[in-house]
Amino acid sequence: MSDDEARRTADVVLDLPARPEFLAMARQVVAAAAALEPTFRDERIEDLRLAVSEATTNAVEAHAHLGSDERIKIRCNLADDRIEVQVLDQGGGFEPDETSEPPEPTDPDRLLWERGLGLPLMRELADESEIHSTDGGTTVRLVVYTPRRSWGL
Amino acid sequence: VLVDVLVTSRDGWVVIAPVGDLDLAAAPQVRGEAVRQVTDGNSHLVLDLSGVEFVDSTGLGVVVAAAKRARSAGGDVRLCGVSGPVAKVFEVVGLERIFEVFDDVAAAVAG
Repeated sequence: MSDDEARRTADVVLDLPARPEFLAMARQVVAAAAALEPTFRDERIEDLRLAVSEATTNAVEAHAHLGSDERIKIRCNLADDRIEVQVLDQGGGFEPDETSEPPEPTDPDRLLWERGLGLPLMRELADESEIHSTDGGTTVRLVVYTPRRSWGL
Repeated sequence: VLVDVLVTSRDGWVVIAPVGDLDLAAAPQVRGEAVRQVTDGNSHLVLDLSGVEFVDSTGLGVVVAAAKRARSAGGDVRLCGVSGPVAKVFEVVGLERIFEVFDDVAAAVAG
């Protein structure tokens, strides 16, 4: 691979109203962007689709709590070894460390747990995930590597 | 309407079949239908997910909420039609261990 190829990247930016009915569009655009890279397997695109849905749902809910009508930005950076997705909202933010984990699936209390699965799912499905939350909003960064990278190491 | 929810009954079970993505946009409608059925005295529910190609944690929350209400009313929720990406999500969060999952509605109703 030449240096030029290694540095080749492309950005896709989506600017959406922070409303639930736009979640499907966010998933479709990110999945379509990932599908441009032929070495991504469908399974990894599904992982990314789900992780993006979780991040964007959190963003929509952060705005809902405020009752504001701000917008959400989704930035996909496509490189030949990975896709990086950033979901940026301007909601109230939250402290990731304070968000407790759900009980184990075998724990009877698990049935009472209707929420809180989003963050563990994002961590499980993306190769890298990072949440940066401030009073001014939250940025979630998700990275999924192509097989080329995984095999090469 | 973001998701179609088909409701039928079969051998004493009420079958709720959402068609579309089961996410934050669809959750209130599907959850509402399940709650309405239990409130009306139908606490034996089959959630037929054969028309669902995508589910996220909010959608899973609907399944859990339906099961909670049905079980507290003396009934149960049985799942069927779980395949592809939806099955993968169930597996990742371990939900397949606390729900009986059947191939189709007939199998779910037969138990």
